[in-house]
Amino acid sequence: MQLIPCPWCGPREEAEFHYGGQAHVAYPEDPGALTDQEWARFVFFRDNPCGPFAERWSHSAGCRRWFNAVRDTRTYELLSVYRVGEPRPDASERDEVVS
Amino acid sequence: MTDPVSPAPPPGAHLPDHPGFLWEDPEPRPAYDVVVVGGGGHGLATAYYLAKVHGITNVAVLEKGWLAGGNMARNTTIIRSNYLWDESSGIYEHSLKLWEGLEEDLGYPILFDQRGVLNLAHSLQDVRDSVRRVNANRLNGVDAEWLDPRGVKEVCPIVNTAPDVRYPVLGATYQPRAGIAKHDYVAWGYARAAHAMGVDLIQNCEVTGIETVGDRVTAVRTTRGRIAAGRVALCAAGHSSVLAEMVGLRLPLTSHPLQALVSELLEPVHPTVVMSNAVHVYVSQAHKGELVMGAGIDSYNGYGQRGSFHIIERQMSAALELFPIFARAHLLRTWAGIVDVSPDASPIVGLTPVEGLYLNCGWGTGGFKATPGVGDCFAHTIAHDKPHRFNEPFTLERFTTGALVDEHGAAAVAH
Repeated sequence: MQLIPCPWCGPREEAEFHYGGQAHVAYPEDPGALTDQEWARFVFFRDNPCGPFAERWSHSAGCRRWFNAVRDTRTYELLSVYRVGEPRPDASERDEVVS
Repeated sequence: MTDPVSPAPPPGAHLPDHPGFLWEDPEPRPAYDVVVVGGGGHGLATAYYLAKVHGITNVAVLEKGWLAGGNMARNTTIIRSNYLWDESSGIYEHSLKLWEGLEEDLGYPILFDQRGVLNLAHSLQDVRDSVRRVNANRLNGVDAEWLDPRGVKEVCPIVNTAPDVRYPVLGATYQPRAGIAKHDYVAWGYARAAHAMGVDLIQNCEVTGIETVGDRVTAVRTTRGRIAAGRVALCAAGHSSVLAEMVGLRLPLTSHPLQALVSELLEPVHPTVVMSNAVHVYVSQAHKGELVMGAGIDSYNGYGQRGSFHIIERQMSAALELFPIFARAHLLRTWAGIVDVSPDASPIVGLTPVEGLYLNCGWGTGGFKATPGVGDCFAHTIAHDKPHRFNEPFTLERFTTGALVDEHGAAAVAH
């Protein structure tokens, strides 16, 4: 089981966390103005890259807070974690998160 | 007495010759009428029906690894057609009917064994949903029965139907015509038959780009050079998003690891296939004797062909509650495949905005059972540039129109 470094609690076992899919998908600012295509994109279409992916996690069996992480979907290695509201870190500024 | 004059025969001289290969390993030609991307079950079946039904034999199947080494080698081989909606009934039942004649059709043994499938119900809501599905199946001409716990015990005596477990068995749906097949033999049968009709099966050939002129697909770029193509058909399961992105096409898919495992070889103890959505496990016993068990997907997106251990641990505890007799069985090996999960647990099979580019993906955790059915329908779609009536509902557009085919109930963990 891999350790996920919660930005509030530190490294904890993966089973304590809940996955939330792609990060930074904002609710539409003017929902009434959306076309069917735009709704489809918002509701159903997500990035599905083979490589680094910014995604949401919830530490549901710990502090119960949501946070974001960049993880490589090929190796599952967590490249960085950051709190909600913080911008996505540059892939080059890699944190030393897995210790 | 040995003859002291004649020299000793070389080691192995008494062994028979290497048997004939089932297919050749050709160099790719510069152009084909149809290029199928992905040499798994769906890709091979599509090529086979293109050649057999539509007479299109100038076809290449491109496989980035070895033939049928992805999900075709990793699935739990369950075949059934007891899905809820008419749309699903159409394509899955079409597939099951083709399975019933496939051995004869391919002229190759596939060990198709209609030993039946039990889908267990563990709660009152499960029971209601299951009975509704049985009724829907029967209206669609799919064989289905509702069994009470005693009936479950009769079909599969080793299931624990005691009332005092965490998730008691309150009954099950039963499809007697469902079963399993030997997945490798299925792939080999299709590969051999397709090859015999002139299809080129090209391994170690990864597609790295798709060329278009205007709105039309013209070629694929591969690790073995550029290959011009009249039509390109994608059958890449977990890697579909990566391929579609090469033409700027976004798909409503997420790729996840899906794990399975086998025990050591055991005496025949398990006469059927048992699936449980609620406790996340499905179990059958392979012809050789291993218990084959599948889990649910790992929650996160992943292309790594491996998953997390706690999934296996939970799956084993679920299996033990259902089958206490397995307590002393040893786990032999575990593995994972990459499955392309769609929002409504139904596939996407049909045309794309790019002319000459066809899409077959989104089968998620349950594509094996569809192999002959989708091969036939997808070949029809490619040959006529128009969907077959059985894959017509499974368009990419349904996520915009809202005409979803929600099979989470029939598919769920154990698709």
